[in-house]
Amino acid sequence: MSVKSKSIQNKSKDERLRKVSNLKVLLNRPELGALGGSVLVFIFFGIVAGDTGMFSAYGTINFLEVSANLGIIAIAAALLMIGGEFDLSVGSMIGFAGICIAIPAIYWGWPLWSSILFAFSMAVLVGYANGILVVRTGLPSFIVTLAMLFILRGATLALTRLITGRTQVPGLRVLIENDPIAWIFSADAFKGVFTWLGSLGLIALRQDGTPLATGIPASVLWWVGMTIFATWLLMKTRYGNWIFASGGDKLGARNVGVPVGRVKISLFIGTAVAATIYACVQVLDAGSADTMRGFLKELEAIVAAVVGGCLLTGGYGSAIGAAFGALIFGTVSMGIYYTDVDTDWFKVFLGAMMLIAVIFNNFIRRRVTENK
Amino acid sequence: MSNNLVEFNNISKFFGSVIALKDVTMHIKKGQIMCLLGDNGAGKSTLIKTLSGVHKPDEGEIIVDGKQTVFDSPRDALDLGIATVYQDLALVSLMSVTRNFFMGREPMKGFGPFKTFDVNKANSIASERMGQIGIDVRDPSQAVGTMSGGERQCLAISRAIYFGAKVLILDEPTSALGVHQASVVLKYIVKAAASGLGVILITHNVHHAYPVGNSFTILNRGKSMGTFEKKNLSREKLLGMMAGGEELDKLEVELKEIDRTNKN
Repeated sequence: MSVKSKSIQNKSKDERLRKVSNLKVLLNRPELGALGGSVLVFIFFGIVAGDTGMFSAYGTINFLEVSANLGIIAIAAALLMIGGEFDLSVGSMIGFAGICIAIPAIYWGWPLWSSILFAFSMAVLVGYANGILVVRTGLPSFIVTLAMLFILRGATLALTRLITGRTQVPGLRVLIENDPIAWIFSADAFKGVFTWLGSLGLIALRQDGTPLATGIPASVLWWVGMTIFATWLLMKTRYGNWIFASGGDKLGARNVGVPVGRVKISLFIGTAVAATIYACVQVLDAGSADTMRGFLKELEAIVAAVVGGCLLTGGYGSAIGAAFGALIFGTVSMGIYYTDVDTDWFKVFLGAMMLIAVIFNNFIRRRVTENK
Repeated sequence: MSNNLVEFNNISKFFGSVIALKDVTMHIKKGQIMCLLGDNGAGKSTLIKTLSGVHKPDEGEIIVDGKQTVFDSPRDALDLGIATVYQDLALVSLMSVTRNFFMGREPMKGFGPFKTFDVNKANSIASERMGQIGIDVRDPSQAVGTMSGGERQCLAISRAIYFGAKVLILDEPTSALGVHQASVVLKYIVKAAASGLGVILITHNVHHAYPVGNSFTILNRGKSMGTFEKKNLSREKLLGMMAGGEELDKLEVELKEIDRTNKN
């Protein structure tokens, strides 16, 4: 006994503690698959499309923006998936949030900032409804949120047509200019750096001398910021431990005092709010809302989360992984235009990638949990 | 006053017309292991749930530290130091030893909205605590799924003790374990009692209960058949009561009867 406890106190001399290399530690992380996949994708396009302008400043911003949009919802979807639930209503929520911004701003004369806040409060309500239904009824979230998918999409279409007589709401661009908060979702960052790089001739310029890529889009910053925040939440906070516990073993977690219901409801609110951030970025970028926005995005978010190492059964996964899952998705969906490959093949690639990722991640998880 | 940590006096629990428990009385003393034995369907699970605050008893009283109490929820029982380790252990196998140990009660550092889960402190407490019971956690960030059944059981018990349990209710802690693993867990239970805890050990395995128990309560069809001190009870007598000795005797008589009629 005394020998044992000594060895605990003096960990470095514990003969049973193998020196595990950093590589080995990395090999056991859930995001490894997505990280490796991203590297492979970049090597592939570097070879196939390296000289086509895909990796110019403009091209890079392009595929980063697509990745970022997906990343915003994928990270929230990953947290929810780690917490043991799905949200299939994300895509419909994007469309719904879009018209929640556009209709009050255009038809009811609300200032843009207040309709943005209105959209976020609707998101909290929808997320809360999803969460409370799942927690109270004990029904699978797959079913509950599938119902919400149809309800929200239908309501979006019906309300928009009822109020506006059409399915699109354009005309927001003029409102963005003087709005106090719209820049949070639409401004480009580091414009000065890009102008400077342009003046040095390092990045491509337009005819009028301004750089083609004007700055880093706000969505990319949201993506990075949310990845950092979600990772901090998961690894460094009590709430993060509760997310893992709620998804890993709901009953066990409840027995030791984890408020499982509250955790799950807050995660559902998280996905709906993330969908609304996505909607803000899109609506303010396009200057219009469309009832079909976000169609099938819920599935893309789940693909990104799963490629990122999240387990469909909950309790395991990472936010960084989901962010890289989104990066793979965005890079391939844009990169394919720079190659000779027919873009029709994109979905084939998507499906195959998800399958490979799931098989690979399953292998990783077994390594972790079965002490190999 | 007695030196009872907890007294359960004449506890009854009904589910509709079903009498799940009737007039069960148990006293748990400091440093003692009380074994609760009973066959399947004897009402062990109902009794545990009543003791741990999941069910409210329909009759009878619960006295903790000499004061009569009512448990509205498992939390109430826990707050009074009555901790239950269920068969499923409330461990998440995908999570690390540390994260499991502190699940729901994470140590924090920092202040205000920047409070964070103090992972380093948690790691060192978890491996120290596990070290004290002779389980050498090689790496507290390893998943619980990599541990053996006995180690998991010890982790769950050790967690309950760390968080201030005075009375431990252990639900079949050895039922899924091999001989060696079971003896490790039983040794730990004896050690826990020796340090001043009261233990209620629920089992249907007399061979595990008899060596460690100080007293034995036998439950049969919702009723207590009495509590016996170890000195007044032989292992054989306990086995007989446990397995429904009368029923076995009756069965023997009936078999002889059948044998006799066949011969004629």
